[in-house]
Amino acid sequence: MPAVQETIEQVRKIDVDQYKYGFETLIESDKAPKGLNEDIIRLISAKKGEPEWMLEWRLNAYRRWLTMDEPTWARVSYPKIDFQDIHYYAAPKSQSGPKSLDEVDPELLRTYEKLGIPLKEQEILAGVRTAGEPSTVDGAGEGDNIYQSGRVAVDAVFDSVSVVTTFKKELAKAGVIFCSISEAIREHPELVRKYLGSVVPPTDNFYATLNSAVFTDGSFVFVPRGVRCPMELSTYFRINEKNTGQFERTLIIAEEGAYVSYLEGCTAPQRDENQLHAAVVELIALDDAEIKYSTVQNWYPGDTEGRGGIYNFVTKRGDCRGRNSKISWTQVETGSAITWKYPSCLLRGDNSRGEFYSIAVSNGHQQIDSGTKMIHLGKNTSSRIISKGISAGKSNNTYRGQVSAHRKATNARNFTQCDSLLIGNECGAHTVPYIEAKNATAKFEHEATTSKISEDQLFYVMQRGIPEEEAIALIVNGFVKDVIQELPMEFAVEAQKLIGISLEGSVG
Amino acid sequence: MLEIKNLHARIAEDGTEILRGVNLTVKAGEVAAIMGPNGSGKSTLSYVLAGREDYEVTEGDILFNGGSILEMDPAERAAAGLFLAFQYPMEIPGVATMEFLKVAINAQRKARGQEELKIPELMKRVREAAQSLEMDMGMLKRPLNVGFSGGEKKRAEILQMKLLEPRLCVLDETDSGLDIDALKVVADGVNALRSPDRAIVVITHYQRLLNYIVPDSVHVLYKGRVAKSGEKDLALELEKNGYAGLVGEAA
Repeated sequence: MPAVQETIEQVRKIDVDQYKYGFETLIESDKAPKGLNEDIIRLISAKKGEPEWMLEWRLNAYRRWLTMDEPTWARVSYPKIDFQDIHYYAAPKSQSGPKSLDEVDPELLRTYEKLGIPLKEQEILAGVRTAGEPSTVDGAGEGDNIYQSGRVAVDAVFDSVSVVTTFKKELAKAGVIFCSISEAIREHPELVRKYLGSVVPPTDNFYATLNSAVFTDGSFVFVPRGVRCPMELSTYFRINEKNTGQFERTLIIAEEGAYVSYLEGCTAPQRDENQLHAAVVELIALDDAEIKYSTVQNWYPGDTEGRGGIYNFVTKRGDCRGRNSKISWTQVETGSAITWKYPSCLLRGDNSRGEFYSIAVSNGHQQIDSGTKMIHLGKNTSSRIISKGISAGKSNNTYRGQVSAHRKATNARNFTQCDSLLIGNECGAHTVPYIEAKNATAKFEHEATTSKISEDQLFYVMQRGIPEEEAIALIVNGFVKDVIQELPMEFAVEAQKLIGISLEGSVG
Repeated sequence: MLEIKNLHARIAEDGTEILRGVNLTVKAGEVAAIMGPNGSGKSTLSYVLAGREDYEVTEGDILFNGGSILEMDPAERAAAGLFLAFQYPMEIPGVATMEFLKVAINAQRKARGQEELKIPELMKRVREAAQSLEMDMGMLKRPLNVGFSGGEKKRAEILQMKLLEPRLCVLDETDSGLDIDALKVVADGVNALRSPDRAIVVITHYQRLLNYIVPDSVHVLYKGRVAKSGEKDLALELEKNGYAGLVGEAA
C-alpha cells in the first residue's frame, strides 16, 4: 500500500520545520561537562551504580579508543567530529525541548496522528516530556488506563502487540528477561559479564570502542533454553522509560532452542538532541536458537541544505554460535544525515544461517553507507542478502557487503541480491561487494541491478489518476516488496507509509 | 466533449515540431478513428492529450468538457475522465495488478471527492470486468504487466479502462501485437463502453480494428495536421488506395 496522498500533503514541509525545537540545548545541572576523560567515565559508571568490573571494562575500552583513528573508508563525508565537544552523560530526564504539544510544529503532530500514535506518546516523541513524567495533555486518553501511567507502549499503534501491564508478567512467566542494560548489569551481572563484548569486542572499531567506554543505556534480552518468546519485543516500550541516549548498547541472548523477535526504532520522525549516535548491538544465538532483529530508523536527516542531521555510526553483529542457529536482520533506513551501518552475522555453528534484508532510502543530502558481513566459519552454513537501495535528491547510497568463507567452512552458501533505484539525476548509487572464499566448496552468488524510475513508468502510473508522489511511492514500494515481506506485520504497513513520506519532494 | 484547436506541439528536449495545427472535435457518444502513416504524429497526439511532459504545446488549445486542460498534469487529466490505453503498457514490478487497480480507482475517487471503494465492492467490480474480458483472476495477483504477453497487456489496459469509467477513452494502437481472437475480445470490451455520454478516440495504423470497432468519424493525420476527415468509409478507401493516394489528393 502506498502512502496516501493525504499523508504526503500533511508532511509536506516536515523535513526542516519539524525539528526546529530539536537541537535547543539548555544546560542543566544533571549533565556532565563536555568532553571525555577517565573521570567522566567514572562519573557515568557511578551514576549508574555499576560494579567495579564494569568500570574497568569501560576504562579499558577508553584507553584503547585513545590509540585508534576514525575510519575513513566509507563513502561518506562530514566535518571532523570534535569528540571533546560532546556531553557524555546527561540525566535521563533532562529537558530542553518544547514544554507542551502546543509548542510543537502542528505538521509534525499531524504526521504522528496519521501514523496512529496516541497523544501522550506523541509528547514523548516530540520531546515535550520524557516517559514517567506527567502528561501535559489534560484528559487525553482519559478512562484508558494504559495511558495513565505514562508507560504507554505500542499497543495503540500496533494492535497486535500486547498491553504493557500484562506484558512484563507474561514475559516473566516464560522466564524471559527484558530490561535496560543498566538494570541487567546490576541484576544479572553473571549474564552480562559472560556475553557483553563477546560478539563486538571493546576493541572492535573506533565507534564500537567509544561506545564500550561511554554507553549510556540500551536493552537487554535473555531468552532461556527452549523458550519461544511469547511476543515481539520492542524498543517502543522502552521509549516510555527513558531516553536511551546517543550511545546505546543492546545485548540479546537466545539460549538453546530459544526464539525471539525484536523490533527497534520508530516510524515516526524522532526528535533527538544528539547529533552523534554510535550504538552497538550484539546478538548471540546458541544451538537451534533463532533471533530476528528488525529496525526502522527515522532519525532527523538534516535540513534541505543538508545541515544538521544525525550521524548514525552503528555496529551491529550477530553470532550464530550454536549449531542450526539462525540470525536475521531486517532494516528500513530512511533517516539520519549519515548512516554507517553493517549488521553482520558470524556463522560459527555448523548449519547456521544468517539473513540480511535491507531497505535504505536516501533523499536530500543524506549519505548512506550500509550493508552486511556474512562470515562463514562453520560447515554447511548459509546466508542470504537482499538489499534495496533507493536514492533521490542529492543523496548518495552505497551498499557495502562482505561475504567470506573460512578454510574450514565446507559447503558455505550465499545468495546476494543487491538492487538500486535512482530517482532524479543528482543522486548516486554504489555497490561495493567483497567476496572471499578460502574453501573450494563454497557457493556464492551475487546479483546486482541499478535502475531508474523511468519517465515512461511514472507517466503511465499518473495517467491512471495517481498523483506524482503517490505514483513514486507505489513504484518504490513495488521495488522493495521482497524486503517488506520480511518485516513483522505491524511494521510492514508503517514502513511502506514511511518510505512514501521519505521520498516526499524527491521530484519536481 | 473534446475540442482540439490549432494544436502545435514539439518535443521539449530538442524542439522538433510534431503537431502543426491539429483541429479535431469529438462529441459525446462519438467514436472517432485517427489514422495516419508512421511519423504522422498519432502517438504524439495521444501523449499530448494525456499531458506527457516530454512535449511542449506551443500554440492552440485542448478543451475537454469545455475547459482547457493544458495546465493539468496527467493525474489530474485522468481524474477528470481522460484515459489513455497505451500502445506499450509499462511494467510495474512488485505491484500486484489488483493493488494497482485499487490505488488508481481510489485516487480518482478521492480527486472527485468520493469515498474510497470498499474492498468487497472493488473485488466484485474487478471480477466482473475481468470475466467479460476473458481474463484469469490469477493474473490479477501478478505484478502489473510484468511478464504479460502482448495480448494480456492489452486486455489489462481495457480492464483498467472499464474500471476507471472515463469520459474520454483514447486507444493508441491497441490492435498492435494482437491475434484475431484477442482483437475481438478487446474490441468487444471497447464496444461495451460505447455510451451517449462517453467519447472514444481510436488511434490505429490499420483499418482492421475498425471492422470491430466501427467509428462514427475517421480522421487522417498527416505531417502533424488532420489532412482529411470523413465517415467510416474513409477508412476503407485508405485501405484500398493507401495514404499516398490520399496525400496526393490532399496536396
